[in-house]
Amino acid sequence: MAIEVRIPTILRTYTDGAKAVEANGSTLTALIDDLEGNHPGIKGRLIENGDLRRFVNVYVNDEDVRFIGGLEAELADGDQVVVLPAVAGG
Amino acid sequence: MDVLTIAQETYDAIVAHAKRDHPDEACGVVAGPEGSDRAERFIPMVNAAGSPTFYEFDSTELLALYKDMDARDEEPVVIYHSHTATEAYPSRTDIGLASEPNAHYVLVSTRECFDEDGGNSDGPVEFRSYRIIDGVVTEEDVAITPAHKPQQESPHS
Repeated sequence: MAIEVRIPTILRTYTDGAKAVEANGSTLTALIDDLEGNHPGIKGRLIENGDLRRFVNVYVNDEDVRFIGGLEAELADGDQVVVLPAVAGG
Repeated sequence: MDVLTIAQETYDAIVAHAKRDHPDEACGVVAGPEGSDRAERFIPMVNAAGSPTFYEFDSTELLALYKDMDARDEEPVVIYHSHTATEAYPSRTDIGLASEPNAHYVLVSTRECFDEDGGNSDGPVEFRSYRIIDGVVTEEDVAITPAHKPQQESPHS
């Protein structure tokens, strides 16, 4: 079993159009590194200066990762990760 | 040129939401079947920023919205928000954060609707629509359909 990662429209250029991909990692950081290995360039769209980008939301099993450890959030096989860009502006 | 086609009742609902939340920015989406470009389901959202100069969907509500649209095979056909003191044109922040290349970004300005004390001055609400793709803004026409037409089932293949 791996971890399913739901990819938003804007990032599907990195996944050949796939809405969801599988990845592995025991923390969100490790998962994103694993994603980067198969989908080069995606990491930079999620992380900036070593932290999750302010206007990118990542959820683990429906929990916003900002409330469960951010990039250090722990993951297990079978978890579902959802990436959603914030809908925001000025 | 692209065009946003929107039902009168949806247009009115967006304008009413913008007026109601003035002087804070109002925001929401109109969802429709994926790939259809039909703005059908009006979904006003809470501006979690509660600000006259910024809007952001609450992160938990954002997830619920996308899961719901996913379950219905929908996508955000329109993403709207209001400007309450400036024109209905995407700000630099709007352009930088736009992340739905398939969406019509609707900007509504309520700056002419209220006098300085916040009273209703019955001025016009500016309503404009744009594509925002890779930092490039393209304005498009807005076509308002007069009445709600009964929905036709599209033939299944």
